[in-house]
Amino acid sequence: MSKAPLLSVKNVKTHYGPVEALRGVSLDVHEGEIVALIGANGAGKSTLLMTICGDPRASEGQIVYDGNDITQTPLHQMVRLGIAQSPEGRRIFPRMSVLENLQLGAFAGDPANFEADIARVFRLFPRLAERSSQRAGTMSGGEQQMLAIGRALMSRPRLLLLDEPSLGLAPLLVAQIFDTIREINRSEAVTVLLVEQNAYHALRLAHRGYVLVNGAIRLSGTGPELLANPDIQQAYLAGGKG
Amino acid sequence: MEYLIQQLINGLTLGAIYGLIAIGYTMVYGIIGMINFAHGEVYMIGAFISIIAFTILGPFGFASPVLAIVIVLAVALIFTSVYGWAIERIAYRPLRGSFRLAPLISAIGVSIFLQNYVHMLQGAKMKPIQPVVRGGFVLAQEGNFVVQITYLQIGIIVATVALMAGFTYLIQRTSLGRAQRACEQDRKMAALLGVDVDRTISLTFVMGAALAAIAGLIFTLYYGAVDFFIGFLAGLKAFTAAVLGGIGSLPGAMLGGVLIGLIEAFWSAYFPIAYKDVAVFGILVVVLIFRPTGLLGRPDIEKV
Repeated sequence: MSKAPLLSVKNVKTHYGPVEALRGVSLDVHEGEIVALIGANGAGKSTLLMTICGDPRASEGQIVYDGNDITQTPLHQMVRLGIAQSPEGRRIFPRMSVLENLQLGAFAGDPANFEADIARVFRLFPRLAERSSQRAGTMSGGEQQMLAIGRALMSRPRLLLLDEPSLGLAPLLVAQIFDTIREINRSEAVTVLLVEQNAYHALRLAHRGYVLVNGAIRLSGTGPELLANPDIQQAYLAGGKG
Repeated sequence: MEYLIQQLINGLTLGAIYGLIAIGYTMVYGIIGMINFAHGEVYMIGAFISIIAFTILGPFGFASPVLAIVIVLAVALIFTSVYGWAIERIAYRPLRGSFRLAPLISAIGVSIFLQNYVHMLQGAKMKPIQPVVRGGFVLAQEGNFVVQITYLQIGIIVATVALMAGFTYLIQRTSLGRAQRACEQDRKMAALLGVDVDRTISLTFVMGAALAAIAGLIFTLYYGAVDFFIGFLAGLKAFTAAVLGGIGSLPGAMLGGVLIGLIEAFWSAYFPIAYKDVAVFGILVVVLIFRPTGLLGRPDIEKV
């Protein structure tokens, strides 16, 4: 880990009007890592992912990606830098087909890669291949989640930001999605920053984790360290290993 | 019977003009959810630019009407598109994110401004030109009554069908069309995927203005005279066409335009002509009572 981090968030503050949603957050993500960001509802996890992409803008602090300051970079440039996001609420395009959603995922990419990339996504999520001409809005929550992740992968990202990939999914499907994230990280060398409420799964998957409380980082450490931490166990893991 | 066929031809031609303008309303509504009330004026400007260009070309003679039309078309497309682009940039973009009525009020302001601007520069009098395209086919004859379809009418209908097909392809099958539909459904997500939202919205206005320019050129060729006020009623009727067909739906706009053209032509043929606009808006009211989303305006229609 002596190399400079791929993504470095430095003392970032974000405001929604007068409300301070992030109160000076710093974290690093190194190339090849899976980093989990855990915390309660409203702690600012999704805000942090969106702030990294530039909407809302950080009102203070700096975001450095691959050695460049991207704090003021326009939203639509992020994917060209290699940052893709599967955002909170999935935000698939409901009135378009699965195929069209994936085509939009490749919007900024080289059309020459399209066939190979869609084949890769269909290999990771065979369900999407079966449904490719279906209107995305009529699919189940789990299928929509696969589509949101698949769409993000279509841009060949270096850094994948995943917001609550397990939200609302059946336990079997949660395990499957997390296996897929591990596979994307290992075999495709995609760096992952993962926001999760499902702390147990997330910390088992991640190399390192951060705990966000009320818009500030409270704790950080390796996945096993955090899993073993009594505070974490009490606050986030009590009530079972969902 | 002959009379009916003639009115059908006239109505379709008129409907093509309304339909082309209506697409501009429907596309802009689709992507930013506002009614661009200045769009009728954009069409009027397209007609004016056409008539000015024809007047300048006039002294050289229309040895080849096709060449003259192509030159005028190019000029009208370029200038009208610039107007469409500038209206969005100056009057609407700064208000994006403001309350919903703000751009609407701004649009009415732009409409009034453009009318008066043309009024001032060009005067209030009708500007006529010599007919550019003459002649046609006689389809049938009964006594003194001749059913005729002019070359111009054929050209208008063929061009409109071709434009409609081209636009449908553009919206449904190309990357630009997908980006437009993505902006319509979720602007922030579209940006996360690399779509330059501002540019896409600008392009939508330019596309709408280009179609309005074509409609303006057609009007100029068909009626041979233009004044600064033609955008008002035509804009209102094209807007009605867009609502009748289902605002946001591209085929709906075209269908609405054709229906309104036909209603006008047939009403004028068989009933007092003074009430033709009453008939048009009356049908709109009836359709909206029974189908509030318009004829093709279902949520599952692909919108732009």
